[in-house]
Amino acid sequence: MEELRVLSPTAILGYGFPMESFEEGMRREPHVIAVDAGSTDPGPHYLGSGKSFTDRNSVKRDLEIMIMAGLEAAIPVIIGSAGGSGGAPHLELTFEIIKEIAKEKSLSFKLALIQSEQDKEVIKEKLKRGEIEPLPPAKELTQQDIEDSIRVVAQMGEEPFIEALNQGADVILAGRSYDPSVFAALAIKEGFDRGLAMHMGKILECAAIAALPGSGSDSMFGYLRRDSFILEPLAKERKCTTLSVAAHTLYEKSNPYHLPGPGGAIDLHQSTFTQINERQVEVKGSRFIPTDNYFVKLEGVKRVGYRTVSCAAVKDPIMISQIDSIVESVRKRVQDNFEAYGIREFFLDFKVYGKNGVMSMFEGVEERVGHELLIIIEAVADSQEHADTICGFARSTMLHFGYEGRISTAGNLAFPFSPSDFKVGEVFEFNLYHLMKVDDPTTLFPINYITFNKGK
Amino acid sequence: MKNKLKEIASVIRSKNSGPYELTFDIIFKEFDIYNSVKKARSITKEGFAALYNIEIDQIVSLVYFDPAKAVKITIVRPLSSGALGESDVYGAQQHAPLVEWELDY
Repeated sequence: MEELRVLSPTAILGYGFPMESFEEGMRREPHVIAVDAGSTDPGPHYLGSGKSFTDRNSVKRDLEIMIMAGLEAAIPVIIGSAGGSGGAPHLELTFEIIKEIAKEKSLSFKLALIQSEQDKEVIKEKLKRGEIEPLPPAKELTQQDIEDSIRVVAQMGEEPFIEALNQGADVILAGRSYDPSVFAALAIKEGFDRGLAMHMGKILECAAIAALPGSGSDSMFGYLRRDSFILEPLAKERKCTTLSVAAHTLYEKSNPYHLPGPGGAIDLHQSTFTQINERQVEVKGSRFIPTDNYFVKLEGVKRVGYRTVSCAAVKDPIMISQIDSIVESVRKRVQDNFEAYGIREFFLDFKVYGKNGVMSMFEGVEERVGHELLIIIEAVADSQEHADTICGFARSTMLHFGYEGRISTAGNLAFPFSPSDFKVGEVFEFNLYHLMKVDDPTTLFPINYITFNKGK
Repeated sequence: MKNKLKEIASVIRSKNSGPYELTFDIIFKEFDIYNSVKKARSITKEGFAALYNIEIDQIVSLVYFDPAKAVKITIVRPLSSGALGESDVYGAQQHAPLVEWELDY
């Protein structure tokens, strides 16, 4: 085989794609249709809660088109980081959707399910043997961190996918995956260069984002050859330029020359980007540099409590001029009020939009203050009930707080909603982001095979 | 030459690079401008740290990336994405000070 073609319909499963682009892709006779379904970008909530950040109907729409086309063309369909976070419940959510599609369309195929959720006891054992290291700036891992984790997943490389392909899977649904692996697995199995296959996968995983104009909900096509790969967006109004592709290499990465993943890193120091026609770019020279030991990345979250928020706005210029001291006074009043009552452990925050709200993680970078402020009062406590209590009390205290120079004595806050307070539910934080050494890249990722016969 | 970044860059953006890092991309409009900026080393760790009021050791890397006529700066996220106190889960709106940053090159 001298050329291996990969169709990437969309940047995230469920973000959608125009049918016309997809059909353009199928006309180019791809050897595999692959899609990435996950990200840590939406934050720690989804891994912790077991929910997906994408909508079920949107995911089903994309999957139905991909699976039907893949089966008709007799090429594999590969889905990585199922359900967004790739834990067992996320895999199950997507598996349910595939079962529905199989039944509704009376399909016959072999499905591989690859798990990535990890047994905490195994990780504890690995830590004891010194086989886990932090991914800076995360801290050294402790046994307590593992114990506190609600759910831990490991990012798989291409090896479990190759195993499933070798077993004749028509559709592969995998848990948390290193994004490029999903796109590179078939190529690596067929003996193509790992560096080029991975670099092509790194770009294809975002679909048409690397095109001009960029889009996360349109398709991209990759042609992998022995010593290069070519990228082509499938919508006629888009094109790949050397700049759009090179610029994409920067996106969401720490260092554009060195892209680490399971088992090693893609090295771009020798990469060249060439415009071969108006809409296609050829990339050469990317290399894969394996590490001495094989490491996989662990992602885990712990629960830190339950959240309630209240949104309120301020227009009074006198109040705005004193907002910092008012916030501090209200905070102290809340603490005092519940000190003796016994609610002492809580997090209370006032996000003040119009006064460096968006960039509050960087102090002192913004001096300007808006003519009106939005304040989001946030309480996180050990139960939803306590969070409601703290948030509600902070809100009512701020509403009627008698600050210095106050002349608007009817109320300090403009509420856009009734009710004013919202229960948000469980709150999680990332607490594991570490590298774990493995002897075999497949053992942490067990595979089950399910055969559908006319939908059953 | 002296110019604000918004006058000489076509892309100025920020985003998480994993939950523990924030990364900033500045893609220049022209290779000539990029080359001048690179030659003059107008964008430095010191300058960036001052702009964001952070310690220099919080900067993980600052790379001039020729193929994209871009400068990429990656820093330690002041808090992990979504941790208590968060104001930008995706980190996509932390680029604003760069827009008005005046460079000498």
